[in-house]
Amino acid sequence: MEALLAKGVSKRYTEHVALDDVTLTIPQQSIYGLLGPNGAGKTTLIRIVNQIINADAGEISIFGEKLAEKHIGTIGYLPEERGLYKKLKVGEQLLYLAQLKGLSRSEALERSKKWITKFEIKDWWNKKVEDLSKGMAQKVQFISTVMHEPKLIILDEPFSGFDPVNAQLITENILELRDNGSTIIFSTHRMETVEDLCDHVALINKSKKIVEGTKKQIKDTYKSNSFEVLHKGTFTMNGAAEMVTQQKVEDDFYKTILKMNAGGSPNKLIGDLIAITEVHSFIEKVPTMSEIFINLVKGNSNE
Amino acid sequence: MNKIWLIVQREFLNRVQKKSFLIATILVPLIFPAIIGGMVWFMVRESESAKAEIVHVLDESGKFTFENSKKFEFVVEKDKLEVAKEKYNKTEDFALLYIPVFDVAKPEGFAIYTKENPSIEKVGDLENVLEDRIRDLKLEQYNIDKATLAGLKTKVNLKQVSITETGEEKSSNSGILYGLGFVLGILIYMFVLIYGIQIMQGVIDEKTSKIVEVIVSSVKPFQLMMGKIIGIASVGLLQFTIWILIITFVSSSVLGYFGVKMPQQQMQEQMMNQMDAEQKEELQAVQNTKVDELMGNLGQIPFVKIAFVFIFFFLGGYLLYGALFAAVGSAVDSIQESQQFQFPITLPLLVGYMGLFLVILRDPHGPMSFWLSIIPLTSPVAMVGRIAFGVPTWELVLSMVLLVGGFIFTTWVAGRIYRVGILMSGTKVNYKVLAKWFMIKN
Repeated sequence: MEALLAKGVSKRYTEHVALDDVTLTIPQQSIYGLLGPNGAGKTTLIRIVNQIINADAGEISIFGEKLAEKHIGTIGYLPEERGLYKKLKVGEQLLYLAQLKGLSRSEALERSKKWITKFEIKDWWNKKVEDLSKGMAQKVQFISTVMHEPKLIILDEPFSGFDPVNAQLITENILELRDNGSTIIFSTHRMETVEDLCDHVALINKSKKIVEGTKKQIKDTYKSNSFEVLHKGTFTMNGAAEMVTQQKVEDDFYKTILKMNAGGSPNKLIGDLIAITEVHSFIEKVPTMSEIFINLVKGNSNE
Repeated sequence: MNKIWLIVQREFLNRVQKKSFLIATILVPLIFPAIIGGMVWFMVRESESAKAEIVHVLDESGKFTFENSKKFEFVVEKDKLEVAKEKYNKTEDFALLYIPVFDVAKPEGFAIYTKENPSIEKVGDLENVLEDRIRDLKLEQYNIDKATLAGLKTKVNLKQVSITETGEEKSSNSGILYGLGFVLGILIYMFVLIYGIQIMQGVIDEKTSKIVEVIVSSVKPFQLMMGKIIGIASVGLLQFTIWILIITFVSSSVLGYFGVKMPQQQMQEQMMNQMDAEQKEELQAVQNTKVDELMGNLGQIPFVKIAFVFIFFFLGGYLLYGALFAAVGSAVDSIQESQQFQFPITLPLLVGYMGLFLVILRDPHGPMSFWLSIIPLTSPVAMVGRIAFGVPTWELVLSMVLLVGGFIFTTWVAGRIYRVGILMSGTKVNYKVLAKWFMIKN
């Protein structure tokens, strides 16, 4: 059973198509990166999942059930455009937001006390949000997102505006939540986040899904079978691999990029190399998510 | 429903817990009477403590004798006008009054010379002195003595009786009805405007503080809008109730304690003092019946019905306009930007308000008054202003039904704009954009 299953979701506005037949499969307990350039349709999709707007077509099911109003309490959402009531005290704010998600007052009180203790912000309970620093407000915001213990947590650009210390704290807590059974969706274009945290990734561009899968699958799909070899003395190669570049590093040391031909294996390639040169290092060139992302988006727009 | 209730509670507490609410709620009913009372007090004191003004009189006709009064002290001049003017100019006195030789039948040529522009009141007082004397001269001319004149003076009071549809007779007093309609109409106008703008402000705050997307992921935009509207309405009703209680309490206890008389009463007493006994008695008798009648009329006014109609139209008008204000708030990013949309909303409210003064209070049963109090946009102000004059039941019911229909309609329209508007920031909004938002499928 998937945490979230979207089938053929479409949304049209009068002048443009925001989502065009998007299908996503988000497994349980994954950290799922929803990538895409600005205006690709990520926020529209997230708003549909949060039932802020309705899709024109398609179906969404959440933990095996058709998405309905009762799932509001199942989801925790931290939007990109986020804020708090400035004039409201931290405590009242947390209680109010949790109650809106369906918690009873006493539950809300108990959980918010637990979280502020965990985040070491107990003293702020009676402080107004306008008196807090930005970092403090972000902590409160995060608490309000996860306080009702949602099984599905959707974070839209969660680290934008977070200082490194807070970002680290949030990261730790996200991982902890995942380990405790929650599924997390990241909507972001910060590739470090994706590289570090996500295990599943989908790329949306121009309202269409371009690619989806585990990070490993995607990297395997888009790797170019290139290897970087550091060696002593020059050589030329035919057959097993094609030489892309060969550069002198210093003295007699050279760096060569090889592109392995179809049917070859890395081990065999190393064997061939050892025969013709003194190999100092041999590394497979795996594309970063950032490279894949940029290539796909650019390739897509060149069509 | 449960969530709307949560929002209503939050909105209510947010506002009621503010210091400004406490201050406004307690001070407003104290400040206004204090200002009015203070002004009356100063006026009374001034007129009491004022020194008599010195008036030089040059009476060429020789027909006048002046007696000094509380207000004026007269100095008789005998010289030519030019000399008298020069002489007056050297003094610090109030005025020089010039009376030429005149024809009693056609008195003309009187003049007053002053250094500063005199108040209308003082000039009027002097005119009264002259007029009284000329009247006496005329009486002499026609051989009428004062006693005969007093006997001639006749005063007729029309007892106003309105007959209801069932043939029941009620005495009425258009003065009281006018006052009642006036006050109630203004109250509705003020409340709808003040609380409507509070709704708009609240929506804009949520938008600018960017809390709104978090909230609408938990509740429907429509629930958020209704929660806010109802929450502020309850603040308004609470504030209103407190005001009435404070005003009732303060006016009854304080006025009673100090034994302060109403200004009209004071004027009456002053007038009485100046009259002779006979006139006094007569006036007293008239006054007594007047007072009795007034009290009777007050008893005749269906206050319970008026209160009910007032509350109904206050809530109806508030909901109708409140929804529109919420829609405006959702469409803009700041109060400044809201101006262009606020105007068309406040316009019909203003029409109702103007209509109240120009049409309804003068002709409460005319066709204009009818339409103003039937059309939902103007009916809250107009009907409340009109109700005291007696409105046929079918008109009242029609107006109420239309008002309910009206606010359901505006709430529906506003809700459609609101749900899109709150998530749009940084967009340049005009009426075309609003129409587009309205058309968007959910």
